[in-house]
Amino acid sequence: MLANMTANGTIQERAHDIVEEFGLFDDWMGKYEYLIEIGQALSPLDSRYKTKAYRIHGCQAQVWIRPEMKNGLVFYEGDSDALITKGLVALLVRVLSGQPPQEIVEADLEFLDRIGMKDHLSSTRRNGLASMVKQLKLFALAHTGSA
Amino acid sequence: MNATGAIQDPVPGKFDPAEVRSLFPALEREVYGKPLVYLDNAASSQKPQAVIDRLVRYYSSEHSNVHRGVHFLSREATDAYEAARKRAAAFVNAPSEPEVLYTRGTTEGINLVASSFGPLHVGKDDVVLVSHMEHHSNIVPWQMLCEAQGARVQAIPVSDTGEIVYEEFERLLAERVRLLAIGHVSNALGTVNPLKRMIRHAHDLGVPVVVDGAQAAPHMKVDVQELDCDFYAFSSHKMFGPTGIGILYGKAEHLETMPPWQGGGDMIETVTFEKTTYNEPPHKFEAGTPNIADVLGFASAIDFLEGVGQNRVAAYERDLLAYATERLSEIEGVRLIGTATDKASVLSFLIGDIHPYDAGTILDRLGIAVRTGHHCTQPLMRRFGIPGTVRASFALYNTFDEADALVAGVRRVKEMLG
Repeated sequence: MLANMTANGTIQERAHDIVEEFGLFDDWMGKYEYLIEIGQALSPLDSRYKTKAYRIHGCQAQVWIRPEMKNGLVFYEGDSDALITKGLVALLVRVLSGQPPQEIVEADLEFLDRIGMKDHLSSTRRNGLASMVKQLKLFALAHTGSA
Repeated sequence: MNATGAIQDPVPGKFDPAEVRSLFPALEREVYGKPLVYLDNAASSQKPQAVIDRLVRYYSSEHSNVHRGVHFLSREATDAYEAARKRAAAFVNAPSEPEVLYTRGTTEGINLVASSFGPLHVGKDDVVLVSHMEHHSNIVPWQMLCEAQGARVQAIPVSDTGEIVYEEFERLLAERVRLLAIGHVSNALGTVNPLKRMIRHAHDLGVPVVVDGAQAAPHMKVDVQELDCDFYAFSSHKMFGPTGIGILYGKAEHLETMPPWQGGGDMIETVTFEKTTYNEPPHKFEAGTPNIADVLGFASAIDFLEGVGQNRVAAYERDLLAYATERLSEIEGVRLIGTATDKASVLSFLIGDIHPYDAGTILDRLGIAVRTGHHCTQPLMRRFGIPGTVRASFALYNTFDEADALVAGVRRVKEMLG
């Protein structure tokens, strides 16, 4: 039932789709199983990019995210050695990749709350979701105005 | 009530985990709508009501500064504070009270020894010997000392079962070792190190020994005279007492020659701008207003633990660990990290190639609190070639049912992620 990872649409539209997909599961286990499935489906990051330069800190698992500007839009790819973390990376990539930098900077990621993953945003959780979001937005911020 | 003003819960005559458990209010909690299964005791234990009540009573009616006032409250607080020292000294069978220093915890105790005792014994090209299974807090203070002194830290290798390779220890001791710093029980593996023998060997060569006792104190009777260690550091919060307080035992002969660590009030005899003279141990090492409330809470924790009986605790936990180990080993793909013959409380493992973080996240959702990661023992994790482990660590209030819940949880993790 995995949805198309390179969906079109605005950040809000993509987030809305994710909320709908997760809404099909009424307990945490189903939601996590789906998150794990999403993580498994994320195409792996080329190993030459799994370097310190792309490493996100603050994660118990290793996480890498590689941003790139193309035609005024920011594209992200990422990976992790833990599946739940990889699922979270996949969600962020799906929502934010291919969007204009200004939109990314201003993105409200409250969909994470709505799919039951809000506690992963807490700074005490060592999956570094908060650090990931910060890094994604910082890259976008550095490229606002270049569009 | 004894001289420390400790509040004691009635302790059952026979060890009954259910009864002991009922003294810990936090264990009644639910998380995500499921009963909390708290298996993160090596990180920190929960507190019995007596310890909580002691803190409340101190702040409600007994608070005053110690060693200062002539007034009633200050005398009362000082008496209770010093009675707690006597209690702590008896707890580890220290020969005298001045050999027992209050610290913030094990880490501070080790840092105190490294800063004050270290430079007296470790000079250029000397070696501080540690083991490969030490917690970072029994590695980094020695690295800092060695950096300052031009010395180096050497690590005793650990076998595949997670035990000291004894011949290697003996071989390394023959080098320019000036100090041995060793954990009593490994926080990541649960290995109980053969301390008595190691200390005897070290002493034969005139090498003083510092013991990190953080993981031993909650699980077994500690006797510093029987061990004959030079220093023994441990923490209150891992043994049912408050956070922010711990004990450093040091032999009197060392404490007398060691320079003070921090300057301030309480650690002096006379102060002039020309020359200040210092107070005697233990006060020489306790500058400033101490953590009075937590000292008293700690005394209550000691009363609790001794009331239950450390030998009974050790016997019960041994059975519980053996049961959990056996049940967990039945699950295909589970790999135990640390299979020493003599172990305490800790069950460290991996499930197939499932990342410990993923396993911990699912266990958490099932209400099971474990620790995942490197457990502040990165060199040890590298030794085993793993990113970390899932660690379940037991305390006297854990039950066989909880061990079953862990095993069921691990099976669920395997289903979801395997």
